[in-house]
Amino acid sequence: MSAAGQAVAVRDLRFAYGRGPAVVDIPALDIARGESVFLYGPSGSGKTTLLGLIAGVLQPGAGRVEVLGVDLAQRSASARDAFRAEHVGYVFQQFNLIPYLSVRDNITLPCRLHGARRARLAGVSLQDAARAMAAELQIEALLERPVTDLSVGQQQRVAAARALIGHPELVIADEPTSALDTDRREAFLSLLFASCARAKATLLFVSHDLTLQPLFSQALDLTALNRAAHPSAV
Amino acid sequence: MLILQLALQSLRNRALTTVLTLASIALSVTLLVGVEHVRAGVRESFSGTIRGTDLIVGARGGTLQLLLSSVFGMGQPAGSVQWDTYQRWAQHPAVSWTIPISLGDSHRGFRVIGTTEAFYEHFRFRRDGRVEFAAGAAPADEHDVAIGAEVAARLGYGVGDTIVIAHGLADIGASDHEAHPFVISGIIARNFTPIDRAVYVSLEGLEAMHEEPEATGPAAMPGATPPAMPGATPPPMPGASPPVLAMPGAEPPPGAFDAVPRPQRAAPTPHEDHEGHVDGDEHDDHAPELISAFFVGTKNRMESLNVQREINTDLGEPLTAVIPGVALAELWQGIGNAEVGLKVVAGFTVLIGLTGMLVALYSSLESRRREMAILRAVGAGPRTIISLLVLESGLLSVLGSALGVGLVYLSLFLAQGPVEQRFGLFVPIRALGATEWTYVAVVIGAGFLVGLVPALKAYRSSLVDGLAPRV
Repeated sequence: MSAAGQAVAVRDLRFAYGRGPAVVDIPALDIARGESVFLYGPSGSGKTTLLGLIAGVLQPGAGRVEVLGVDLAQRSASARDAFRAEHVGYVFQQFNLIPYLSVRDNITLPCRLHGARRARLAGVSLQDAARAMAAELQIEALLERPVTDLSVGQQQRVAAARALIGHPELVIADEPTSALDTDRREAFLSLLFASCARAKATLLFVSHDLTLQPLFSQALDLTALNRAAHPSAV
Repeated sequence: MLILQLALQSLRNRALTTVLTLASIALSVTLLVGVEHVRAGVRESFSGTIRGTDLIVGARGGTLQLLLSSVFGMGQPAGSVQWDTYQRWAQHPAVSWTIPISLGDSHRGFRVIGTTEAFYEHFRFRRDGRVEFAAGAAPADEHDVAIGAEVAARLGYGVGDTIVIAHGLADIGASDHEAHPFVISGIIARNFTPIDRAVYVSLEGLEAMHEEPEATGPAAMPGATPPAMPGATPPPMPGASPPVLAMPGAEPPPGAFDAVPRPQRAAPTPHEDHEGHVDGDEHDDHAPELISAFFVGTKNRMESLNVQREINTDLGEPLTAVIPGVALAELWQGIGNAEVGLKVVAGFTVLIGLTGMLVALYSSLESRRREMAILRAVGAGPRTIISLLVLESGLLSVLGSALGVGLVYLSLFLAQGPVEQRFGLFVPIRALGATEWTYVAVVIGAGFLVGLVPALKAYRSSLVDGLAPRV
C-alpha cells in the first residue's frame, strides 16, 4: 500500500490548527508517480492545509502522509524541511518571489538553500541550470531583472522555474493560474506541463476552476475525500 | 552565507527603514560613547590639574582643604608653614625640588599667589604641560607679576601694565597695597587649569608689598582681623557651602570660592607672631616668614610615601602631606556623582534606539510573512528564518554601532579645538576604553536579542500559517 511507486499516499490523516476543529480528515488519497493530478474543491475544503501536510510544513495530528515512500508524519520538522527542499517544488497562487532578489537568484534559491537539491543538478552548474529552466519557461531575457519589474504572468513562470530546478519528483501548484487571465493561463499551463513531463515530475495542481480539469490525467474532488471539509457558502 | 546575503539584500531592499534604524542606533551609540569620552575627558582634565608633584604639604588639617586651597584656589589652607620648617623639608635628602606658595591676597577677584622660580620650572599639569608664557616672561624681581590668561582676558591687561594687589578680599579698595604696585612681566599661556585665573608674584615681592607703608584699611590692621586658628576655619568642601568668610568687618567674596584669602601675615597666630619678631631683622631682605603650603617633587617616586610619613609624623611643626593623586581621587568621588546622571540619560537613549529597531523590524514583519512562506516552501526551516531576522537586526546594530563610534571620533576631531577654547574642556582623542567596548558590545548584543522577538513571532506564524499566510 505504501509502495515506492506512489508519489503520495495518505491514510487516516487528521489535522487541526491548535485546539480548533479538524480541518483535514482524509481516510485515503493516492497519487501515482508521473501523474498530473487536478485537485479541486471550494474554499474551506482544506486544500491549502492538505498541501501543507504533503509538503511537510505542517505536522499531521494522526495518520500517515507518505510522499515518495517516506512517511512525513514520522519525521522531525527539520527532516521534513530537508525532504521538501530536495524533492518538492512549490508554486503559490501569487506573490511567489522574494522581492529583493533578482529573477536568477529567485530561481536558484532552493539549490542554494540545500546542498541536496543542488546535487540533483548532476554536474550542471547552477547558472547553467537556471538559464536552462528560464529558457524552458521562456523567461531567459528576464534573468537579471529585479522581480518587481515583472508582470504577474512572468512572475508565475519564474516561480515555476524555481519549483522545477533540480528536477524534483513532486511539484505542488496551489492555484498558480488564478491571478492570470485566460490566454496567459493556458500558456502558463502548457509550459508547466511540458517541464513536468521533461523532469518526470508528478504534478499536484490545486484549483477551483473546473474548466482546467480536462487537461489533467487524474482529478480528485477534495469535498468527497475530506470528511472535515466545510465548504463555505460563498 | 546565503542567509547573510539574503539579510543584506533584504536590508538594502528596505533602504529607507534601514537607514533610519541605522541612524537611530548610531546616534544612540554616539551619545553613549561620547558621554563616556567626555566624562573621561572631564576626569582627566580634573586629575591633570596637578601632575609631577609627589606631595602637597601644608599646615596640619584636612587633605581636601589642602588640595582645594593650594591647587584649585578654593577656600583657604588650615594654617601656615614656617619658612624654616619649609627649608628643612626642602633640604631633605629624598626631595628633588619644592615649590613654596603663599596665599592670602587677591587682585580684583583673582587670587594672588606668591611663589618662586621653582613654580615655572617644576609645576606640571595634564600629561607634561608646563607653565608657558603667551607674552613676556616670568617675574624677575619683586615688582614683577605674571598673570593667568583668564585674568589678562577678563581685565584686559597686557605686559607692562601696572596693577595693585589687594590685601585679603578682592575689590576692597581701602586695603589695596597701593604703595607697592606691580608691573606685569608676563601672561601665562592658557592651559585650562586654575593657573589661568591666578596672579603670580615672587615671595619676596609679596613680602615687600606687605612691608610698605600702606594706605590703611580695616583689613590691613593687625588685630582688626582675628587670627585664623587652624581648625577654626570651616572646611571648604564644595557643596557644603560653609560661611566662607569668617572675618568680621569684611564683605562677602565675589564668588563662592573665588577669592577667600586669609591675611596670614597681617594676622599671624601668636606663635607665628613670635617667630616674626625673632626674624624681624631679616625684613630688609624681604625674606618671607611664613608660607601657605609647598609642593614637593621627590628624587625617586618610591620615596614619596616615606617622605609623606616622615612629614606627617614629624614632632616639629605639625604639617600634613598629601599625595595629589590620592586626594584628587577622593575629591572626584565626592563630586563625580553627576556622571551617573549622564550615564543614565545615555542608557535611556540606547534603549530608545533599540526600541526603534524593534518597531522597525516588527512592523516590516507583517509585510514579510509572504517572504517567510516562500522561504519555507523552498525548504528553509524555522531556524533559517530566525537566523535571517536575527542576523538582520544584528547587522543593523553592528553597523549602527560602528557608525556611532565613527561619529564620536569625527565629532571629537571637529569639535575638540572649539570645545577646548570655549569651555576649557580638553577631551582627548583616544582608543575606546573597556567601558566603551562594553557599551558597544551591549548594544550589539541587545540588537541581536531584539531581532529574536520578531524572529520568534515569524517562527510561530510560519508554523501555523504553513505555506499560506492568513491575512
